[in-house]
Amino acid sequence: MVHWSAEEKQLITSVWAKVNVEECGAEALARLLIVYPWTQRFFSDFGNLSSPTAIIGNPKVRAHGKKVLTSFGEAIKNLDNLKGTYSKLSELHCDKLHVDPENFRLLGDILVIVLAAHFTKDFTPACQATWQKLVGLVAHALARKYH
Amino acid sequence: MLTAEDKKLIQQIWGKLGGAEEEVGADALNRMFHSYPPTKTYFPHFDLSPGSDQVRGHGKKVVAALSNAIKNMDNLSQALSELSNLHAYNLRVDPPCFSLQFLSQCLQVSLATRLGKEYTPEVHSAVDKFMSAVASVLAEKYR
Repeated sequence: MVHWSAEEKQLITSVWAKVNVEECGAEALARLLIVYPWTQRFFSDFGNLSSPTAIIGNPKVRAHGKKVLTSFGEAIKNLDNLKGTYSKLSELHCDKLHVDPENFRLLGDILVIVLAAHFTKDFTPACQATWQKLVGLVAHALARKYH
Repeated sequence: MLTAEDKKLIQQIWGKLGGAEEEVGADALNRMFHSYPPTKTYFPHFDLSPGSDQVRGHGKKVVAALSNAIKNMDNLSQALSELSNLHAYNLRVDPPCFSLQFLSQCLQVSLATRLGKEYTPEVHSAVDKFMSAVASVLAEKYR
């Protein structure tokens, strides 16, 4: 059972309240495909991913990024039950999508960097530590049903 | 592999820090200790409280090494050769990819908090590749 202090919960919810899920999701997913180009293997039907500009402007990337981050929002509403929240998605990523769980960790780290660039000095070390903990746990929950 | 464009972006972004490099070093280390407590095990002899002079001093060293690496990106192996020996034989930060990955993440967060929008996806990619290359060189002599 994961323990969240009151301070950690506050750092998560206060940051999340200011996040534009569509923009942030699009940005995070685009960066994943740009910084770690091998992740493009999961999105072969997304059309033009030939350059950073193409990726950033790609409507399928934007839409999917929004989907991914919306799901993250669900986790934030259910911090005490991440495993339950991600159970079905975990099965999906293993059985249908065949995504190596290492990629969840990569996306989590990228999300933290996107938040850092957005919030600049407000993204304090304490804030970062809480969010690194969250993305780590989400990645873990997504990997849990793999077999 | 670092392209010519990557190298240009890195030099540009490092140039934008305008003297704040040392702060970035200390900030990156603080963030690393905060987000990844096991990394503190390599510094039992340090005062790791916020504002610690030892952390500032060490951050300065780390950044100086990175600045030197950035000036010698065409020959990282040679530029970091002594540090590579140090990390392999004395410090034995283990496993090399693992802990240096945390420093890379925290350095990038530190840069992103200072540069905001200027930490574009292209810059992000270049810095990530660079830190990966640095980590590889530092790990070269482990075994």
